[in-house]
Amino acid sequence: MAQAAIELNGINKSFGAVRANRDINLEITRGTIHGIVGENGAGKSTLMSILYGFYQADSGEIRVGGKPASIKTPNDAIALGIGMVHQHFMLVDNFSVLENVILGAESDALLKKSIAKARSELNRLEREYGLDVDPDAIVEELPVGLQQRVEILKALYRGAEILILDEPTGVLTPAEADHLFRILRQLKEQGKTVVLITHKLREIMAITDTVSVMRQGTMVATRETKKTTVEELAELMVGRRVLLRVEKGEAAAGAVKLSVKNLTVRDTRGVTMVDDISFEVRAGEIVGIAGVAGNGQSELLEAISGIRRAVSGSVMLDGKPIDLTGAADPGELRDRGLAHVPEDRHHVGLVLAFEENENSILGYHDDPRYLKGPFLNIDAIRDDARDKIAKYDIRPGDCRLKTANFSGGNQQKIVLAREMEQDPGVLIVGQPTRGVDVGAIEFIHKRLIAMRDQGKAVLVVSVELDEIRSLSDRILVMFAGRIVGERGPETTEGELGLLMAGVEHQEAAL
Amino acid sequence: MSTPYAKLPAWADYGLIPLINLLVAFIVAGFVVVLVGENPFRAAIILVEGAFGKGTGIAFTLFYATTFIFTGLSVAVAAHCGLFNIGTEGQAYIAGLGIAIVCLSFDTVLPWWLTFPLAIAASALVGALWALIPAYLQAKRGSHIVITTIMFNFIAASIMVYLLVGPLKPAASQAPQTRNFLAGAELPKLNWIIELFGAKIRSAPLNVTFLLALVMAFLVWLLIWRTRLGYEMRTYGHSPKAARYAGISETRIIITAMMISGALAGMMALNPVMGDQHNVAIDFVSGAGFVGIAVALMGRLHPIGIVLAAILFGMLYQGGAELAFEMPAISRDMIVIIQGLVILFAGALEHMFRPYVQALFASFNPRSVGMEAVKEKGA
Amino acid sequence: MDVFNAVIQVLDSTVRLSVPLLLACLAGLYSERAGIFDIGLEGKMLVGAFAGAAAASVFHSALLGLGMAILISVAFALVHGFASITHRGNQIVSGVAINFIAAGSTIILGQAWFQQGGRTPALGPGERFDAIVWPGADAVRNVPVIGPIYAELISGHSILVYLAFLMVPFTWWVLFRTRFGLRLRAVGENPAAVDTAGISVAWLRYRALICTGVLTGVAGAYLSMVQNGGFVKDMTAGKGYIALAALIFAKWKPVNAMFACLLFGFLDAAAIRLQGSPLPIIGKVPVQFMQALPYILTVILLAGFIGKAIPPRAGGVPYVKER
Repeated sequence: MAQAAIELNGINKSFGAVRANRDINLEITRGTIHGIVGENGAGKSTLMSILYGFYQADSGEIRVGGKPASIKTPNDAIALGIGMVHQHFMLVDNFSVLENVILGAESDALLKKSIAKARSELNRLEREYGLDVDPDAIVEELPVGLQQRVEILKALYRGAEILILDEPTGVLTPAEADHLFRILRQLKEQGKTVVLITHKLREIMAITDTVSVMRQGTMVATRETKKTTVEELAELMVGRRVLLRVEKGEAAAGAVKLSVKNLTVRDTRGVTMVDDISFEVRAGEIVGIAGVAGNGQSELLEAISGIRRAVSGSVMLDGKPIDLTGAADPGELRDRGLAHVPEDRHHVGLVLAFEENENSILGYHDDPRYLKGPFLNIDAIRDDARDKIAKYDIRPGDCRLKTANFSGGNQQKIVLAREMEQDPGVLIVGQPTRGVDVGAIEFIHKRLIAMRDQGKAVLVVSVELDEIRSLSDRILVMFAGRIVGERGPETTEGELGLLMAGVEHQEAAL
Repeated sequence: MSTPYAKLPAWADYGLIPLINLLVAFIVAGFVVVLVGENPFRAAIILVEGAFGKGTGIAFTLFYATTFIFTGLSVAVAAHCGLFNIGTEGQAYIAGLGIAIVCLSFDTVLPWWLTFPLAIAASALVGALWALIPAYLQAKRGSHIVITTIMFNFIAASIMVYLLVGPLKPAASQAPQTRNFLAGAELPKLNWIIELFGAKIRSAPLNVTFLLALVMAFLVWLLIWRTRLGYEMRTYGHSPKAARYAGISETRIIITAMMISGALAGMMALNPVMGDQHNVAIDFVSGAGFVGIAVALMGRLHPIGIVLAAILFGMLYQGGAELAFEMPAISRDMIVIIQGLVILFAGALEHMFRPYVQALFASFNPRSVGMEAVKEKGA
Repeated sequence: MDVFNAVIQVLDSTVRLSVPLLLACLAGLYSERAGIFDIGLEGKMLVGAFAGAAAASVFHSALLGLGMAILISVAFALVHGFASITHRGNQIVSGVAINFIAAGSTIILGQAWFQQGGRTPALGPGERFDAIVWPGADAVRNVPVIGPIYAELISGHSILVYLAFLMVPFTWWVLFRTRFGLRLRAVGENPAAVDTAGISVAWLRYRALICTGVLTGVAGAYLSMVQNGGFVKDMTAGKGYIALAALIFAKWKPVNAMFACLLFGFLDAAAIRLQGSPLPIIGKVPVQFMQALPYILTVILLAGFIGKAIPPRAGGVPYVKER
């Protein structure tokens, strides 16, 4: 019988009134790849942060290698041979790979020896695990996949026997993800233990030996991967069968409402993120843009909504041109009937410090309905907010409550209510259900389809393939700033996945 | 789950916590008094008596408060737009130039009630223009406004010194200041208001500018919480990205907010220049701009809080003068220490005592600390 | 030869005037590289100057004075740390507070202890740092060109002057060649990376602030115990702010910092030298303009007309652990 690398007994952790982990028990076998799945907010990351000493459990016991362990800081975790690759990389962008690797693990007070030692050690790791990275490269100049490799190297350099990866494929293309999985298998063969946190069931099935499912802070089940199915795991994750598909009728596409021609957008560093893109969205249809995060979707949305200036290209709204390379700003586009639900509601779509009613006019604050001369018409604004609260079932139903006190799903509803109730001709939505609970997802999807059925042109960008497939009438796939294909909603995940990876060939199987 | 700001009742948030912070600042100041060998309790009594004991004291307290209301509002308006205007001092100083031009031109021909509005306009305009350049540089070139406004304070001081020892100084005079204004540029006193309550006033500089300050406090409230412009400023102040999304021009909002802030700073100069000294002299602002930072922080950026905090600082200045007279070991610079301590405890350390206060409230009544809001989460 | 001597004299006073700027600028470099904005350099210098002169005159020892200057300045730096690291307060607000507390307390305590209107007693020999005459300086003084350069410019400064300039390569070495420097730079760029590497962000930043305090203490001691024979109220007169400007100008790099401080020192020296006397072509320049020139230049620099200064990425933002 294989030995347990990690045992967790009765772990509890609360943040204020939120119980992130409740009475968690878990055993991870040495030399295996152990998956932990659960929805956003199920408590996976918190649990792993406790294991890595980033947080401390309120109660419970951790045993590492059979011995009780007290992990108060990441240092304790590192000393016990636990390494972690965070979802958001913990790298110093303008440091070299070597500097990042030795940070915190320097052998003595001067850097010279540490650097020399790290250089030879990186050489060895490269040979053993195929983890090749130029040790002198500056991290911010590396592609994301390589940055992640630096994170893994950091952990191995510190002698990690147990490697925790938190949502490692969120930012990777399928090809990069495959490469990562190869590395993980190699690590397993060398006797290391890997803990993989994800909400993507396909990955779990593809690579893990054992899988544990978390739901609302509790550990609901642990299964041998071979003996379970995606359906069973999905049900365990959500707790009830969800309709993966929202009922919808045939689209009745009408006139072209939004037409984008040869649009090119660069990011702040001057890197071309949207490269000569053209497409159309018609009244009464939902066009979904699929793609791995970071392939230009965000910049595309920002350009179309007027937030980011485009380098070149033309865009027509209702047949009339808008100058996205020059004077157009979000306010003007809004006036012309283009509503935008941004990807980042915490910093862009909402002002969290505002009262709910103040956010319900954001962007429409110069609408005469909400004004009396230069003054705000407070009564009109609050009445209007109350109407939307009722209509969109926003909870708690208090329009004077600070927006930060609403849950993610309700915050998203505040934004959606604001944008949809303006009766726009074109609605563009970035990540409609990111960080939103299951109940609200269904509500939001239904609303989007209702918009379509009212004859609006809807453009949805999402990294969730399920969501794209369930909502869209047409699917555009973005890769490296270009649209690499257009497909119908019945296209298989596998095919879309290949397109998202930039593989144009259609027949290849998984 | 960012910062764990559990909700406190509003009165605790806006009353109790500032009060605790203030108290701690005074306790530390008390230690300094002990250090120089005086009795802090006696010092406190002299201070309060000097400020409020006699009619004259009250009038002086409100005179100083007038100045601080302006500078406090100036700092607050910029802060609502997410800008730290450290340049209030320089904006007020250079505004003295605008007032000087108006007063020296019209004090012989116009009555005070015509000179005053002209001087208000001139002071606001010059103050606003002095804030315009740092604002423009911040908006267009991303130059850190804290640093540029600091630099502009020094530049303003150099300009004023140059003018006051040169072109603006009457040839016959030795003192670095303009000639004294005539009756047409002297503002009427308000001491009679205090005398209505039976107090006697020998001579004190409290003047109509005090009323102007109160009007401005109201207008700032109106601006921030009741106008579209104020809404846009607050949006930008909380989240520049959200402002961009909402179609609010970054350049316009930064420049507008800073110019309003500069105008309020500029108006501060009316009080000492036209209400008291009747000339523009070197260093007439004497740190009032920096007091504005303390006042704005203490008043939690709300005009009512700012008026109250300004009166508190007016009391410190007036009482401090008495204190220096009664206790030779303590000069008026004691106020500077207290000012620093207030900025430290009410500003930089404003949340230090919060967890304790929250724990205290929670032990009395868990519902008062906003537990409902959290429970509703996930609905 | 007159022109040459004048130039040597201006350069000599450039060196003297840049020293406090340089020390304060390097002080700011440690804290800002660690991600803590510090506009309280001015205040820390001021308390350093006061504590140094006060202790030197009471204990009749320049070294004790220097020690006290450093001690008190570090204490103020720790207050800044307590507010901005431990309590995650606004770093600019905290810096402003420190400047006020310093300005007020030096006057109050100075008056209470010495009764000389906020001054400390004039420092006698042994209570201040005297000039060090380099071997052979007097002998070569009359050699043309090289003589004056050696005797005036290189020789004849106090130990603190040489210390200040030695701090430049030393700071470079600390930042880029030691473990402490690597971590310090990292914490100013991405504190989360430092935290997950098992290093305490708070303790690291506190150590950076201690370095800041030490250097502002020396800067203050230089003002009151070398440049002036005692403490005078408000004797820093904005030097802390100029040092801050120089730091931005130098793009947070030690060697650049030296050149920036020398430039500002030179402007100051030239202003004093030219006071009232007309310049060729331009004519008479008001003293006030010369005094304002460093500030004006800084604004022009800040406006980005000469390159772009990118501050450490985590600067000014308190570190909060995110889930």
